Amino acid sequence: MSAAYEVVIGLEVHVELKTATKLFCGCANAFGQEPNTETCPVCLGMPGVLPVLNGEAVSLAARAALALHCEIHSYSKFDRKQYFYPDLPKAYQISQYDQPLAENGYVEIGFGEGKRKIGIERIHLEEDAGKLNHIGNRLGDATGSLVDLNRAGVPLIEIVSRPQMHSPEEARQYLTELKTILSYLDISDLRMEEGSMRCDANISLKPSDYTGSLFDLPRVEIKNVNSFRNVQRGIEYEIGRQKERLAQGLAIVRETRGFDDASGTTYSQRSKEEANDYRYFPEPDLPPLVLSEEWLAKQQHMMPELPDSLRAGLLQRGVAERDVQVLVQDPDLYRYWQQAVAEFSDVRQVTNWILSDYSRLMNAHSLSFAAPTVTAKALASLLRLIESGTLSGKMAKEVLEAMFESGETPQAVVKRLGLIQITDQDAIRDIVSSVVMANPAVVKDFLGGKDKALAFLVGQVMKQTKGQAKPDLVNDLLREVIATYA
Amino acid sequence: MSLTNKEVQHVARLARLAILPPEIAEATGTLGRVLDYINLLNELDTEHVLPTTHVVPLLTTWREDRVEPSLPPQVAVQNGPEVLSQMFVVPKILDGGAG
Repeated sequence: MSAAYEVVIGLEVHVELKTATKLFCGCANAFGQEPNTETCPVCLGMPGVLPVLNGEAVSLAARAALALHCEIHSYSKFDRKQYFYPDLPKAYQISQYDQPLAENGYVEIGFGEGKRKIGIERIHLEEDAGKLNHIGNRLGDATGSLVDLNRAGVPLIEIVSRPQMHSPEEARQYLTELKTILSYLDISDLRMEEGSMRCDANISLKPSDYTGSLFDLPRVEIKNVNSFRNVQRGIEYEIGRQKERLAQGLAIVRETRGFDDASGTTYSQRSKEEANDYRYFPEPDLPPLVLSEEWLAKQQHMMPELPDSLRAGLLQRGVAERDVQVLVQDPDLYRYWQQAVAEFSDVRQVTNWILSDYSRLMNAHSLSFAAPTVTAKALASLLRLIESGTLSGKMAKEVLEAMFESGETPQAVVKRLGLIQITDQDAIRDIVSSVVMANPAVVKDFLGGKDKALAFLVGQVMKQTKGQAKPDLVNDLLREVIATYA
Repeated sequence: MSLTNKEVQHVARLARLAILPPEIAEATGTLGRVLDYINLLNELDTEHVLPTTHVVPLLTTWREDRVEPSLPPQVAVQNGPEVLSQMFVVPKILDGGAG
């Protein structure tokens, strides 16, 4: 039996907030420190200690909620989620259960006509767990684990999407846009490889004749995948695996699966039925979180301009749709572009140079626009040298590479390499005349209607001027000289 | 309201309590009586009482995001039954754990 299925995907994204301290104690929130150097009785889960909420974490979470068009509740509360795991010293995680900070938002994916809203069910605040270092290669065959509690208590927001994505590609688009939005808020490092952004994917296949609730469909959760690419791969694999099982008449088991990067497959970690019994109850040690109108207005006031509005602005300035996407995706790149355009107003020229030649150099050296080797100011003055005719486009590329290597100004590079475009008509006319004289056969071809012959002559002139003659000028002069010669 | 042996076993497992078979019936009885006692509250008319999660009339207290000194790591791990490289050693995970 071959049935048609609709793929249903929901994503849960955990984002570590960039606060100075942890969510409920004053220990530093910093990545990559020596093990267990950032702990105290509160985050170690010692008896009798009391958590005190970090106001800054609430503020960063609220900004995320506003950017994702959520409704922020003026009254929310914290709950204990109970489970036993060695990275969780209290044997419960302080989270938010039935009254989260924010609900009912969305992220827009796609562009232009293809734009589509993916709903956000909720955003809540919670504390992170510690980190386990497994003795042995893989979790499965580890002989034991080492617990580092530096991360225990670090503030997280969990962003839960509605199950409204229908392909691995849509899931990737959602994650990319979510990350772009959050990166403008500057509330997190958003580094998947360091775990400051983590993603779990829920996947079900809905038979086309199914009319029941999505919640009742058997759902497989892929946990903690470490890159967008792998989220996409994991979902792709999982869709295939589930389809195959259904085709064989086998049931889909509701379970949690891990993703294996090397093979691109998922493997069963545990069945979910009992694990879901977290016995949540209200955290008695923390009073409810009540947010005033004034406080919310203050957060609203701190909001930066967001990607959607930036894109609209770029389109209005005549930047091509494709370039708009690339520019806005990286806030550092966008800021660099803004600085360059402020210095040199030819938007098209600036965009081209940044997105092609300069980006190519940056990518080849794995550099970020957070610390550009060629400042926007230097790039702008290079573009001015092209505009004034001092450099040809080709020469400018060479100069840019030299600027990139040495950090010099374009003027310094031009001087050092002796790269001045010859614009002196008389000097070029002499060379043009000698080239015309030396190639009578080619000139004849050109006069006979072979346009290509002219290109050869241009090449000869460029060769003699070491590429420093202005090509347009050479072209014009050649035609002029040949006309008098004929 | 009465509790079953099966429910007691389930709750014991979730709480990681090693409960012996003869103790199950006893726990079912005593725990059941506690729940029955709590159930007395249902006799009250709570129609016009707002649900509450906290008894102290205290709302939103938060602190400034300012770093305070942490414990020295050797103190932080001193209660660990086994410590290696300044970290707590725990046995092999992933068989039957929740999370």
